[in-house]
Amino acid sequence: MAVENLVWGYIYPNEIEIQWSVLIVLYPYITGLVAGAFIASSLYHVFGKREIKPVARFALLTALSFLLVATMPLLTHLGHPERGIEIMFTPHLTSAMSGFGYIYSFYLIVVVLEIWLSFREDIVKNALKCKGWKKQMYSALALYSYDISGKALHDDEKLAKKLAIIGIPSAAFLHGYVGFIFGGIKANPWWSTPLMPIIFLMSAIVSGIALLILLYIAASKLRKKVLNYETLFSLAHYLWVFLILDVALELLEIISMKYESLEEIEIIDRLLSEKIATTFYGVQLTMGIFIPFVLLILVMVMKNREQLKTLMIAVSSIFVVIGVFAMRWNVVIGGQEISKSLSGTNTYVPVFFSQEGVLPAIIILTIPFIILLVLTYILPPWKDMDEDID
Amino acid sequence: MDLSRREFTKFGCRIIIGAAAGATIVESIATLGVAQEESSNKEYDWNEHLWGYVVDTRKCIGCGRCANACKLENEVPFDEPVYRTWIERYRIVREGTEESVKIDSPDGGIKGFAEDIPAEEIKKAFYVPKICNHCDNPPCVQVCPVGATYKTEDGVILVDYNYCIGCRYCIQGCPYGARYFNNEKRTADKCTWCYHRITKGLLPACVQACPVGARKFGDLKDPESEINKILDKERINVLKADLGTKPKVYYVGLDREVR
Repeated sequence: MAVENLVWGYIYPNEIEIQWSVLIVLYPYITGLVAGAFIASSLYHVFGKREIKPVARFALLTALSFLLVATMPLLTHLGHPERGIEIMFTPHLTSAMSGFGYIYSFYLIVVVLEIWLSFREDIVKNALKCKGWKKQMYSALALYSYDISGKALHDDEKLAKKLAIIGIPSAAFLHGYVGFIFGGIKANPWWSTPLMPIIFLMSAIVSGIALLILLYIAASKLRKKVLNYETLFSLAHYLWVFLILDVALELLEIISMKYESLEEIEIIDRLLSEKIATTFYGVQLTMGIFIPFVLLILVMVMKNREQLKTLMIAVSSIFVVIGVFAMRWNVVIGGQEISKSLSGTNTYVPVFFSQEGVLPAIIILTIPFIILLVLTYILPPWKDMDEDID
Repeated sequence: MDLSRREFTKFGCRIIIGAAAGATIVESIATLGVAQEESSNKEYDWNEHLWGYVVDTRKCIGCGRCANACKLENEVPFDEPVYRTWIERYRIVREGTEESVKIDSPDGGIKGFAEDIPAEEIKKAFYVPKICNHCDNPPCVQVCPVGATYKTEDGVILVDYNYCIGCRYCIQGCPYGARYFNNEKRTADKCTWCYHRITKGLLPACVQACPVGARKFGDLKDPESEINKILDKERINVLKADLGTKPKVYYVGLDREVR
């Protein structure tokens, strides 16, 4: 397609090239899933919601699987990936981006420790029970400490709770901070808003819970076990609550922009009506929020009919994870499709085969599921799901 | 070594503080070194100058020599849509009873501008040269995660090409579209006000090339400099003043349509 067809009005000559591609859409999407899954697990670990217990450890493994790939889209995107580590050695502290390495590492440690503490009993039992290389592996994982007396386990639990209490603000900070990377850019009227971190955080929680629901349903089907409906409906309930917070903030942002009608309103209107109309009104709001919102209300008022309700929750969750992806797209790509001259728009055309193309994005998004498969093989969280909630 | 926890903490703190102080010193030396690399004049003292730039939009004729000179002088690729300076054309066009603003900058204005609208339909027209504003409060420097882009003591914003990681956050952070990605170096790139020239007493290539004196460059610390005389005499504006970037490119005769 010729450049002329992609550009409307006047954009600065240097704006022809869109700098942040689909990979940078993935980055907040993946960190959001991590934060959401972690917060879902802390519903049990911190707030003691016993109905969440069957998926609490599974949620931690999910968070870790996605956390391990969170840096991949960034590194793939850098002009000099080999210099990426400088962000840790010489962080320039006025930059919102400079804290990433530290916040990420801190959070990774919290998640790994939390997993270790909640699986320690299983690890030690396996180390004592298994033979050969498995024994070696589990012994190493147990750090060669095999004390699983009642007191030791009680201490573990207390420490795990403390860690999870640190983990919640860390998860919120990790993702709120990602929002600030965009929200703090005064040059871009579509990004620059103090609401951005909290909008990112709410949509993160929503996407994380929805992903957990889908993985829980999938795991149960694959293992041919019955779902624990109390857990499923409880997750669906939390999803519904956070959807309300999410949509309230997203609409507040748009409404105040339109109401205040500052200099940039004309180009924002054009962005919303021409450039991202489908992905914003269609996918992000209707498919990603309103349809799940209605379906989940129906789930809450309907009696019995577990199969149908499960299907409705599954559909809602699929719509939510797609909707949140669209939200990230609309922020990252949408923000770059308007010119900072406020007089024109550009169009992002994704490429399939390239360093910043769709193919690496698909690969990066597939890896966490493989990691999760491996993790659940080493540290099976299934027995929680098969036990009755006490 | 047998350390108590308290001693260990103290020891650790000392190491961290020491490393941070060391890093700061090394970084400031490194910054100075890079700026000096841009100039071959070792006598030059950046503490004695503060550079500034004036654009008189009333004089610009849109010939494009400035943008052309810039690409030649700084080896900015001609076949890529990347510019350290460019010229915008504004035309207020009558369409019946309506008026509309047409803005363009084909190839950054390097080849001049074609007359594609009949003269009788144009109510008002003017050219506006654009260049990095070398802001006193530069958002690009603020957002660089590794400190690869920085402000020199004489007020110029430069990029350390050997340090930039290529994240492009600075390109997003610049409100003026003055930065671009250098595909060869795989780093961010931008106007340096021809730092290699101005530190030897020469003018930036764009100022040198302008046939009508629409672009002026000089030392804000020197009360006798031509740009200080203009700043004293004329009514001055800067681009996007509301963003608080404090540009050091000052405009004479700036129209309200220009952003």
